[in-house]
Amino acid sequence: MVKRQYLPILVTVALFILVFLAGSFRYTGFFSMQVLTNLLIDNAFLLIVAVGMTFVIVSGGIDLSVGSMVALTTMLSATLIEQLGWPPSLVIPCVLLFGALFGLGMGAIIHYFNIQPFIVTLAGMFLARGLCYVISINTITIDNAFYKDMAMTKIQLPGGGFISISVIIALAVVLLAIYLAHYTRFGRNTYAIGGSEQSSLLMGLPVARTKMLVYAFSGFCSALGGVVFTFYMLSGYGLHAVGLELDAIAAVVIGGTLLTGGVGYVAGTVFGVLIQGVIQTIINFEGTLSSWWTRIVIGILLFVFILLQRIINVRASKSRAV
Amino acid sequence: MKKQNPILDMRGIHKYFTGVKALQNVNFRLFPGEVHALMGENGAGKSTLIKVLTGVHEIDEGTVVMEGNSITISNPLEAQEAGITTVYQEVNLCSNLSVAENIFIGREPRRFGRILWKEMNRQAAQLLKERLNLSINVTLPLDAYSVAVQQLVAIARALNISAKVLILDEPTSSLDASEVRELFTVMRKLKAQGLAILFVTHFLDQVYEVSDRISILRGGEFVGEYLASELPRIDLVLKMIGKDLELLAELPQTGSKELAKKGEAFLQAKGLGKKGAIEPYDLQIDRGEIIGFAGLLGSGRTETARLLFGADRVDSGGLQIAGKTLKIESPRQAISEGIAFCSENRKTEGIIADLTVRENIILALQASRGWFRTISRKRQDEIADEYIKALNINPKNPEQLIRNLSGGNQQKVLLARWLLMEPKLLILDEPTRGIDIGAKAEIQKLVLALSRKGMSVLFISSELEEVLRVSDRVAVLRDRKLVRMMQADELSHENVMKAIAGG
Repeated sequence: MVKRQYLPILVTVALFILVFLAGSFRYTGFFSMQVLTNLLIDNAFLLIVAVGMTFVIVSGGIDLSVGSMVALTTMLSATLIEQLGWPPSLVIPCVLLFGALFGLGMGAIIHYFNIQPFIVTLAGMFLARGLCYVISINTITIDNAFYKDMAMTKIQLPGGGFISISVIIALAVVLLAIYLAHYTRFGRNTYAIGGSEQSSLLMGLPVARTKMLVYAFSGFCSALGGVVFTFYMLSGYGLHAVGLELDAIAAVVIGGTLLTGGVGYVAGTVFGVLIQGVIQTIINFEGTLSSWWTRIVIGILLFVFILLQRIINVRASKSRAV
Repeated sequence: MKKQNPILDMRGIHKYFTGVKALQNVNFRLFPGEVHALMGENGAGKSTLIKVLTGVHEIDEGTVVMEGNSITISNPLEAQEAGITTVYQEVNLCSNLSVAENIFIGREPRRFGRILWKEMNRQAAQLLKERLNLSINVTLPLDAYSVAVQQLVAIARALNISAKVLILDEPTSSLDASEVRELFTVMRKLKAQGLAILFVTHFLDQVYEVSDRISILRGGEFVGEYLASELPRIDLVLKMIGKDLELLAELPQTGSKELAKKGEAFLQAKGLGKKGAIEPYDLQIDRGEIIGFAGLLGSGRTETARLLFGADRVDSGGLQIAGKTLKIESPRQAISEGIAFCSENRKTEGIIADLTVRENIILALQASRGWFRTISRKRQDEIADEYIKALNINPKNPEQLIRNLSGGNQQKVLLARWLLMEPKLLILDEPTRGIDIGAKAEIQKLVLALSRKGMSVLFISSELEEVLRVSDRVAVLRDRKLVRMMQADELSHENVMKAIAGG
């Protein structure tokens, strides 16, 4: 008997396998280790950002600032390295710290002024995007050896295929996040707050600290996603990662996390990202389809998954009514 | 009584809310190993006292002494650390987390910061088994269990915090009789283990069943502290409601209600049913008749009423209203046919907390007129004043936000809203749940008066006495089935109980 709370994630995993197999039967050369690893390579930054978003959504909030934060990180990194000549060993900690503090600030506003996360992070999104253009309205290309190394290094896998350093960073973030979510008080408090903030408060949990840390973690993840994105693009630009926040939210929801908070798994988010990636890959293989079809399919999937969650919830509340 | 020092001693407690005195010079003591009932009408200050004790609000004046040390409690965490924990009426746990987590969250067993799940589950199961006689799978999410179990889990959490003082705030209001008995068994067991239990309830029977001592509040003031064995029931009621005792005397007693004249049928339901909610039933309601619904929690009382109101879609059967055969598909249609429904979930389905009393009263009337034909402000004021007077709504200020009213007064505002529609059939689902005796009596009186004016009433209540007192006929439900329609001449406590129990 499968526990009810695992049902959405199982559906997600099954769907990923199904789509991947469908692609494999349809296109020659699809069923390979490299297609799989490319999914990770091309979506490493999205994965990192979506992991942070998972925590926010599990806590019952939302973070719209992540896409802009990625862009701002690429911009800051490019400026500090190319124009001010800072070494990467200093730049990367700085932008990560900046991202975390930015998130912490939004979290503090959300909690202490009791404002909707939607509106606070929307403001954060405009602020971060605007700051990009204050720095420069042009693309700043990065010509730093370290960044180039990070971008080019290929790590061979035993079964054929290779991955990039970004993938290793992303997978490390995923593992860390799973540990955080399930084996630390911070993680469990996040689930509790998502379940019922009022109850959490009455149970004496540190609601204020946890909420702020959740947004700080999301800010940190989006900055780290920005660093990885910088490796990927080797440039800073204010128009990078437009709409990424929506991809991240879609990945989290398709991964089985409830938008109402309290229920969700980081592992689900991984598959949410992979499903988006595999659909993109199929559309590339098809060749004749516009890449916007990815969006259409993702849109349909979102509808289906939200309906699925609804049905599971309704059935659960019925089965309990004794 | 044992001569010992109180574990908790509150002296001269004052609490004000924006100028309103919620608590005035209240004293309260708790001894270890006793169940102490805190009694009072709605608005007497019980909730406020509990909230200052648990740190939800801070006291403005007064001292709190716990085990001989003066303490200040400014948030729930501090209250917990002092050993004071509360189990609220609406279970305040996280239903998405597992049972074990709900008991331990915030204090999970850890090694190097890593939560030890196996250890936690083992401890949780052991705790529930040993102290509460409850054997359940602790890894399932809390919402897989009934409210009664959730409450026991909440108590387990309180115990695990090594509580010395356990506050049970209206724990029995959503439990059925056997669950209440189980809870009392647990309470006696915990009492024997030396815990001090503060018990708040509206049910007098329950107070006398488990309490050792009773403290009474009235209007935010402290009336007194008594041993339960030395305080006769009538004195308790007298002290709780003060000078308004004549209200109770005015209530017609069981059987004394004159038989209503058989009027013409207002509503006839034939084979109305919905799968999973209620089996098909026949029901006839005459004009001016009060039909009571009796049955245990979950027997299908509310579901039956919801079908009449169109709140749920029916699978089978049909309805005749005033001779016309029709199909009711939405509450809106039901309202236009003269049916009004006062829901049992006052807070979520009834009042709109941030609107004023006046706005809450005119809401349904305004909706039925359509939003383009507004009711003039002058007319609104007249209506509000009229109903505030007629139903004795307190405070008598139509511009007060309804959230600031006590439960009984909120209920009266809801009644006013539907009475204003001049319904031909008024469905009251648990109209007196969680409100005090005085307000209960007023609402019952009102229902009787309305039926004399020709309004049909469908009266749903878990309190059998109340159903018997007001109803002309009683429909008995069991296991989602209308099992028996009892006529006036066979209505007695015993007969109805037998019908509910079956066999």
